[in-house]
Amino acid sequence: MSRIINTNEPLLVVDDLKVTFNTRGTAPVRAVDGVSFSVRAGETLGVVGESGSGKSVTSLAILGLLPERGVQVEGAITLDGTDLLKASERELQAVRGRRVAMVFQDPMSSLNPVLTIGRQLTEVLRRHNVCNKTEAPGRAAALLDRVGIPEARRRLDNYPHQLSGGMRQRVMIAMALACEPAVLIADEPTTALDVTIQAQVLELLRELVSESNTALILITHDLGVVAGMCDRVHVMYSGRIVESGERHALFAQPRHHYTRGLLASVPRLDLVGGKLTPIPGSPRDVIDWSDGCAFAPRCPAVTEACLGGPPALEALDDTFVRCVNPEPLGESMWKVG
Amino acid sequence: MLTVRDLRVHFPIYEGVIFDRKVGAVRAVDGVDLDIADGETLGLVGESGCGKSTVGKAIVRLVPITTGTVTFDDIELSKLEGVELRKARRHVQMIFQDPYSSLNPRQNVGSIISEPIKTHSLRHGAAVGQRVLELLDAVGLPRGAAHRYPHEFSGGQRQRIGIARALAAEPSLIVADEPVSALDVSIQAQVINLMEELQQQLGLTYLMISHDLAVVHHIADTVAVMYLGGIVERAPADRLYTEPLHPYTLALLSAVPVPDPVVEDRRQRTVLQGDLPSPANPPSGCRFRTRCPFVQPRCAEEQPTLRELRPGHQVACHFAEELAEQRVSVR
Repeated sequence: MSRIINTNEPLLVVDDLKVTFNTRGTAPVRAVDGVSFSVRAGETLGVVGESGSGKSVTSLAILGLLPERGVQVEGAITLDGTDLLKASERELQAVRGRRVAMVFQDPMSSLNPVLTIGRQLTEVLRRHNVCNKTEAPGRAAALLDRVGIPEARRRLDNYPHQLSGGMRQRVMIAMALACEPAVLIADEPTTALDVTIQAQVLELLRELVSESNTALILITHDLGVVAGMCDRVHVMYSGRIVESGERHALFAQPRHHYTRGLLASVPRLDLVGGKLTPIPGSPRDVIDWSDGCAFAPRCPAVTEACLGGPPALEALDDTFVRCVNPEPLGESMWKVG
Repeated sequence: MLTVRDLRVHFPIYEGVIFDRKVGAVRAVDGVDLDIADGETLGLVGESGCGKSTVGKAIVRLVPITTGTVTFDDIELSKLEGVELRKARRHVQMIFQDPYSSLNPRQNVGSIISEPIKTHSLRHGAAVGQRVLELLDAVGLPRGAAHRYPHEFSGGQRQRIGIARALAAEPSLIVADEPVSALDVSIQAQVINLMEELQQQLGLTYLMISHDLAVVHHIADTVAVMYLGGIVERAPADRLYTEPLHPYTLALLSAVPVPDPVVEDRRQRTVLQGDLPSPANPPSGCRFRTRCPFVQPRCAEEQPTLRELRPGHQVACHFAEELAEQRVSVR
């Protein structure tokens, strides 16, 4: 099944996405506050942020998985020329799993414990009419084989509890790949896994992108994973993209103080000693974007101008930065120690 | 000084409806030796299920020890029971991984921190409250925190409460089981720095248990790598990372992503195949042989013992010398 893809055209375009949670009794919470990005076929896009930055809500909004009650989604998410936010549930069902698929963080709780792996895989295939009933088990076994599960045929009769965490995450990836989606969203796909298993899963995702020309959106808090996997990186803080750029440019010369703070606060295996420089405060200490930069309360380079209204995401040399007082271009962060 | 000799923790597996019959055992920890000098930090790394947390829990006697000895400052912890054990525990405290479930939600912070002080009668009367305030200062929490409850705090702050509680007993050894892995990246560094400062001020000895090699590399003086209930390599921290000798350590190091695209593009990856075998039925000979890229027939027959290959650098592999010759560096 080959698809003709014009690699210059973005496949999925997210434009000014805003997600607001209305809770009774308290002020509405805007989890995603004007996020725009696009992803092309064969490209890996990294979305980095800490808990509460809105990265997972963004991915749920793309798939239309947010509850309708109490949640307000604005903006536009365009895939194949249609706006997914305006699509009916029926139209969404045709897209979800088929054109856009998702791998969730926790493979323990995202598989149905009372159905066999085979049953769960064939369900996807049958639902989207990829093949008929008799072909389905063979296709399912082929999918398991593709994600590197040994003795795939036999595994079809297993229940999720009979598999290890890494195997379950492979099954999740196999399910996501069942319909050869154009866009694969992986939300913290390796966070629940051990490092050696993480390496296996990342290797698998890398192969998929290069072999099937899939567009991969990798959502993670792990800067290391992003550095090795992604072509472009978006750093999110408090619902907005604060810095974005090609990975080499971004990591060599981070200009936003949040990105710099993140990089300075993780110990690096290949560098010796030195004291870590944490970001003071916690991600809860934010101010509303309309009043100024949300990172201002924790920022080491805060100025008066930071609190004078929302900063815009502006092009700055090789990257885009949302900061009124960005770090000047200079030595690479890592040449120091 | 902490000395652990041939520590074994086996959890029995029972079967049967009316009469339980022992049908086997999960060998969570199967012959571990450790030494930590006063004021030092030993990092214990390994993947989930390797037994690293069980080692920590056995040292503070939270799980029953099957055989082996744990000696701390000439007190044989593994022999003590009842009142004696309770008294000795004051010297060995634990920091837990999950700052959400390790604090009683119905106790206020002052009460949580003062409990060890009262249990061990370290202060009396008003001095208890004074000591709580000192501890809050030491871990960088506002003094007003004493009257608040755990749910009012963020993850990083809760971990500080856990650290204050551990310090309240005035211990000399702290067993920290994954103290930062539940925290956000920007908060992890705060807690790591706090732990380092406290160590310098109070001369604490740490056993730092973590799956995060970068964190252990940063904080530890000596690192022990555990695999399926046994230690496969032990070395000074910088030596282990520059000259790993065991194939498992090599694979672990090459699997840790580094937040630098230049390093990531250049590095050679040794991706291990397969999963951790079951500790209820470990492979014969070398436990790592089912996943080892350099496996030889001898590995299935003979279990390698931890032997000193270089000064202070021990490894449990029959072929460590051969591997060292054509070593691949992590960088």
